[in-house]
Amino acid sequence: MEKNTAPLLEMRNIKKDFFGNQVLEDINFTLEAGEVLGLVGENGAGKSTLMKILFGMDVIRETGGYSGDVLLNGEKVNFSTPFDALEAGIGMVHQEFSLIPGFTATENILLNREPQKKNVLSEVFGQRLNTLDYKEMDKCAAAAIDKMGVQIDADMRISDMPVGHKQFTEIARELSKDQLKLLILDEPTAVLTEKEAEALLDSIRGMSRQGISVIFITHRLHEILSVCDKVVIMRDGHVVEDMPASETDVERITKAMVGRKVDVSVKQDVRDHSGAKTIMSIRKLWVDMPGEIVRNVNLDVKEGEILGIGGLAGQGKLGIPNGVMGLYEAGGTVEFDGKPIPLNNPRNCLDEQLAFVSEDRRGVGLLLDETLEWNVAFPAMQIQNKFLKNLLGGLVKWRDEKAIREVTDRYIEELKIKCTSSKQKAKELSGGNQQKVCLAKAFALEPKFLFVSEPTRGIDVGAKALVLEALKKFNRESGVTVVMISSELEELRSTCDRIAIVSGGRIAGILPATESSEAFGALMVSQVK
Amino acid sequence: MANNNNTPRLGQKTVGQKILTFLGNNSVPIMFILICAYCIPASGFSAGYLLNEIVTRLGRNAFLILSLLIPIMAGMGLNFGMTLGAMAGQIALIFVADWQIWGIPGLILAAILSIPFSVGLGVFIGKILNKAKGREMITSYMIAFFMTGIYQLVVLYMMGSIIPIKHASIKLPRGYGIRNTVSLLQMRQSLDNLLSFTVGGVKIPVLTLILIALACLFIVWFRKTKLGQDMRAVGQDMEVARDAGINVERTRVIAMVMSTVFAGFGMIIYLQNVGNFPTYTAHSQIGMFCIAALLVGGASVDKASIGNVFLGVILFHTMFIVAPKTGAAITGDSMIGEYFRVFVSYAVITVALVLYEAKKRKAKSAAGAQLAAEQAAEEEA
Repeated sequence: MEKNTAPLLEMRNIKKDFFGNQVLEDINFTLEAGEVLGLVGENGAGKSTLMKILFGMDVIRETGGYSGDVLLNGEKVNFSTPFDALEAGIGMVHQEFSLIPGFTATENILLNREPQKKNVLSEVFGQRLNTLDYKEMDKCAAAAIDKMGVQIDADMRISDMPVGHKQFTEIARELSKDQLKLLILDEPTAVLTEKEAEALLDSIRGMSRQGISVIFITHRLHEILSVCDKVVIMRDGHVVEDMPASETDVERITKAMVGRKVDVSVKQDVRDHSGAKTIMSIRKLWVDMPGEIVRNVNLDVKEGEILGIGGLAGQGKLGIPNGVMGLYEAGGTVEFDGKPIPLNNPRNCLDEQLAFVSEDRRGVGLLLDETLEWNVAFPAMQIQNKFLKNLLGGLVKWRDEKAIREVTDRYIEELKIKCTSSKQKAKELSGGNQQKVCLAKAFALEPKFLFVSEPTRGIDVGAKALVLEALKKFNRESGVTVVMISSELEELRSTCDRIAIVSGGRIAGILPATESSEAFGALMVSQVK
Repeated sequence: MANNNNTPRLGQKTVGQKILTFLGNNSVPIMFILICAYCIPASGFSAGYLLNEIVTRLGRNAFLILSLLIPIMAGMGLNFGMTLGAMAGQIALIFVADWQIWGIPGLILAAILSIPFSVGLGVFIGKILNKAKGREMITSYMIAFFMTGIYQLVVLYMMGSIIPIKHASIKLPRGYGIRNTVSLLQMRQSLDNLLSFTVGGVKIPVLTLILIALACLFIVWFRKTKLGQDMRAVGQDMEVARDAGINVERTRVIAMVMSTVFAGFGMIIYLQNVGNFPTYTAHSQIGMFCIAALLVGGASVDKASIGNVFLGVILFHTMFIVAPKTGAAITGDSMIGEYFRVFVSYAVITVALVLYEAKKRKAKSAAGAQLAAEQAAEEEA
């Protein structure tokens, strides 16, 4: 092939929306062969969506495709499956491991690409009865591990491996593909120890020398600076910076990642509760929530405040409410209103008048096939015997349909839930309205303390403002302490009094909501591991 | 975090813990060894008799139980699909008996004849199980019940009326349908007796054992083929296998077909040993006894080896042989032993399933324990 001057990869005016919700707009950048590109941005900035487009993931096609062009070596490509992308030389290492646990590293590296030997039976019954050529497999795997430059035991089973080695096995698998030209690493260092991460960075440098381009997604900014040739920073679906790594520093990247040019949304009514009594005190909490592990968290919540918990995805902010409320296995001590709360028992928390609006609203939050009335009243009925009439001196309990309808109608009105009537089924509502039903459900419990997890995830701007306003109003009028967990810093800053930032499973710091975005941004990446 | 390396890993165990883990992992076989150790002396059987019985039953059952290994390898659990293979074997034997082809030729013909039936039924059950992933055991159990109905319809009404059946010895006097018992007297043990010899009163059915050995060799070899590797991958994680480009659905159907074909052969070997079979019920409990035997050998829902098969057959059938006599010796009623057999089969399957779930849960909470340990270590530092 003659030398061609087109870059290995070029993205031109990429746009993507999910059902009218614009997540990517006018993405342009280029990547030369052997170059290492660092892609950074907050959660929801659009990094993952962009990589899914590049890799031809099904979800993109199913949601209406994208507009704009992806060019490989100057030629326009449009992958309809990840297999096409693999064919074209693009490899991807995902955040979740995609390895067979009972296979050795070698078997995983060569999964479904094993060298084979023919035999009599396979001549008759077809190629799938070929025997595997174990010697050749060992050779191929060793070559791939060599190419990676990090030593791992090729004969060790995945289930016996430390987590870092699993990551390296995945990388070796991509490297064992001869046609590999571009490797996407999606937060590969998140699970590595410092030493392993260092080895990985060396390995990336090695790949780059061999002419393989790398797109490196990470939250550890110093890694970007030490290994990347150029940095692309995304925010809210736009590329906000695209520059050589040598011309920037951690501070500038942080600022570009979180900074908003117009900072109008920050509210003025931040209150100081430092004198109030501590209503919940969390000590030495650990939570084993997959992907959101919490380690050794100490946190005091003051009565009457709205405390925000922010941080990057996968750092453990979601683990805190899920652990305290007993949905995932947890340890440590939690005291509420002076009384210790036993962990791993959701019912106890509810009896103590704690309520939780889960981030998983379709799974945990709603009875999808039931009416709004049921959704709103069910927990209150189950836990507090509300909306029940006692007949025959309490022997028979009867649902008080009238009271249920009244309270549902009140919340429909208050929260402006768009529905045909209080009898409509929850699954027929849009995401934003479902979220409002979840809130109504928690409000109907009349709790003393409310955890709200990702209240605005996946809902539009108008609904967002309403939900946040409702939360604030609930806090102000009923004096309920609210802990709100969100990935969106600006949202926390406009609603909360104090904001705790979680990083690496720990509380990196607690600042008043009036602090600058940069200060929060610095905390977010401080202990990322 | 730099201190990950010096925190104690849960994998490192003391000798005592190792012994406990071993006992925990093998609790079912150990329980059975204890039961047998108690029952054998109490039954008063001679060693020669006992050994002879065990070898006979080993030859009779091992092939059938081997057919369970392939679905387990493909992640389809303890699969009752083999019951369908057993039906295919029975249908083949009915035809061979009707045509009056006896001896080794009859057995070979029956084996060949069973293949199309087994393949058809295997594809059928494989496709259904693809729609019930993760619930293969109960689904296949129900399908076996349902197919028993179809089998009975065919044998009771279609054979002789639509499907030609000539010989009066197996046909019902009314002109269609098969008699309650099909006699295989003229091919009884023809496989077992060929090349057989007797050592100290114990008859060794050499040819049968050779066939079983060949089946074992096939399974060992099969694990090393591309298809075997794919099945193991599919069995451990369907999504990962799919992402690697393996056709998961097709692989699972092939696993079921192989299992039913094996079971068809196994049933023919089983029935030639017994010498006759109850036409309508021969297959009905075969699946349960085979699965129970495999579990007694130490297998679990997702892991089974050839060793489990042999240990299982020996232990399970030793108990079968001695239980009636022991029961009679202890309570004076031999029915108690009969009752004991069935009760124990179900109990073993239940215990094995519960243990499997418990183990899974324990593995899950191990991650939490690790976190707590790390945190404690960090505080000390």
